[in-house]
Amino acid sequence: MIAFILRRLASAVPTLFIVVTISFFLMRFAPGGPFNLERPLPPATMENLMRTYHLDQPLWRQYMTYLGNAVTGDFGPSYIYHDNNVAQLIGKGLPYSMELGFYALLLAVIGGVIAGTVAALKQNSLIDFAVMSVSTIGVTVPNFVVGPVLTLIFAIMLSWLPAGGWGDGSFRFLILPIIALALPQLAVFARLTRGSMIEALNTDHIRTAKAYGLPVRSVVITHAMRGALLPVVSYLAPCAAALLTGSAVVETIFTIPGVGRYFVLGAINRDYTLVMGTVILVAIFVIVFNLVVDILYGLLDPRVRHD
Amino acid sequence: MTDILQVPAASPETKGRSLFQLALIRFRRNRAAMAGCIMLLLIAIFSFVGPFFSPHSYDQVFPSYVTIGPSLEPRPDASTLQEAMEGVATRARVTLTEFAVEGETFTATVTSEQPIDPRSTRYFDRANEFENTSVVVTEDDGRTMKVQGLVDREYFPFGTDSNGRDLLVRVMLGGQISLAVGLLASLVSLGIGVVYGATSGYIGGRVDNVMMRLVEILYSLPFVFLVVVLVVFFGRSFILIFLVIGAVEWLDMARIVRGQTLALKRREFVGAAQALGLTDWQIIRRHIIPNTIGPVIVFVTVVVPKVILLESFLSFLGLGVQAPLTSWGALISEGANNIQSAPWLLIFPAIFFVVTLFSLNFVGDGLRDALDPKDR
Repeated sequence: MIAFILRRLASAVPTLFIVVTISFFLMRFAPGGPFNLERPLPPATMENLMRTYHLDQPLWRQYMTYLGNAVTGDFGPSYIYHDNNVAQLIGKGLPYSMELGFYALLLAVIGGVIAGTVAALKQNSLIDFAVMSVSTIGVTVPNFVVGPVLTLIFAIMLSWLPAGGWGDGSFRFLILPIIALALPQLAVFARLTRGSMIEALNTDHIRTAKAYGLPVRSVVITHAMRGALLPVVSYLAPCAAALLTGSAVVETIFTIPGVGRYFVLGAINRDYTLVMGTVILVAIFVIVFNLVVDILYGLLDPRVRHD
Repeated sequence: MTDILQVPAASPETKGRSLFQLALIRFRRNRAAMAGCIMLLLIAIFSFVGPFFSPHSYDQVFPSYVTIGPSLEPRPDASTLQEAMEGVATRARVTLTEFAVEGETFTATVTSEQPIDPRSTRYFDRANEFENTSVVVTEDDGRTMKVQGLVDREYFPFGTDSNGRDLLVRVMLGGQISLAVGLLASLVSLGIGVVYGATSGYIGGRVDNVMMRLVEILYSLPFVFLVVVLVVFFGRSFILIFLVIGAVEWLDMARIVRGQTLALKRREFVGAAQALGLTDWQIIRRHIIPNTIGPVIVFVTVVVPKVILLESFLSFLGLGVQAPLTSWGALISEGANNIQSAPWLLIFPAIFFVVTLFSLNFVGDGLRDALDPKDR
């Protein structure tokens, strides 16, 4: 198992390297720079700025420097947010994004699995129909529509909840963003669970378990669930990575100071280092969660072997 | 074996149905899919034909009607007109004694202590609301004057945005752009994916390994991020947006087509083509690609809504087509920003957007069921 984990981590290095290289050169070959403002800076100032940030050096040297620094965890200064370097910015924003993402993930997984299981058990009933309709809505309607509509209903028309911001961090501020973040994922989990649960309930070993007269609950939870959760678990990795690294849309709608917005802001302002930092962050999350899910897979399904 | 023996010989009278006809029949029976088709058709007509029937253009600004709510009544309403007319009278230094609007024409009686210059009708024309004012009667040695003219009344059934543009026309334009980007980007991804997948699968061996490894690497890139970077750094033209979206959405398509190709290339007709001395590219083009079309069509119906979503997502972040052009995503974003003061700016584009996505989903499900009955 440990050898497997080590091997996977080793194979992540080239992936990260490629991601970093592609993003780095893609940005540099594009026109414009971080200091090209609407009113051009005086040439002398520009030169000084370029020298300070080593932007006057040849591209390959900048690249080598960046790689060297990034390995030691130094992602360089932000060109736009002068008071902070990229690591600090991400360090500040990530807790907000992760807290929000964690609750959203929890809601999506638990809600989705329960709804999907119930729908599968009562296949073609009214409950099934309702779950499927709601999940169709969740899959189809993007969160940049759900978010503003939720704000309109619960914050403006009913004034039950705050419309945005982090406030003092109390849960009231989190409810709407969590729902907006979780709904699409919840819908996917519900669909996946329903599909695989229906399949699992029709297998021979479940029929046998039922024939032995085991209570429905134990049949469903201990026997059917185990097999049915496999597709759910494999979807967990991309979902967790996406939710925990913050969503640019939800953070913009609800004005949350997370890392999701940094990428878009960085890209718009040509803040090279900030964009690179967020790209690396997301890539690391994706790789780590893929690994975690592969390990979980092995625990759930004894047919999968990691050797 | 016994199954085969029991199949009755087809009676000569029944006409054979092709697979395509069967698929069509199955699709027609699916009510949700048919409703989706009709809704899509209506929305396409609304978006592409609608602007010809509207007197307003999408970038026409109405300074006197900024952020007004949706209403079927013509604007301005009677009381606003009254106020406007009083303003005009003050500016022309006359007193308004009588004012009435009937349909598209208005009549007003104004008095003054001195004789009124007939040229003062130009004060009326100068207001946005009134046009073609002319003097009808002059009384009291010119101290009282009756004027008549046209009222410029506009209909804004969806209201106007914060720049005073007709939201109805903007929703139509947004529909045009969203639908066009959806279709074109899907075609781009279809083209790249099919050629790439078919080539990789057909040639196989080391080439296949390398090509598929490349797809896997591209998969691991954070895609939305890549799109954002591309759009930000290379400008925001309409063509670029659908090229970029198409260029990142082809990976699944390539995988599906490759899988199909792997199954197809062992079939006899491909062997026959090889024996006839066709080149690899000819075989891929004439024999492999046409046979992968079923799953590809089904997958395109999944890609179109995905692409529309991606485009709207970009527009929502302010990275889509640039003003005065617009798309549903941009309109929804504008609505979200004005949600407190002008909720209709969010509601109308969102309704059209959501209905389109739903219809596409239903049509996609219907096509999947119709073309692939095993999959049900």
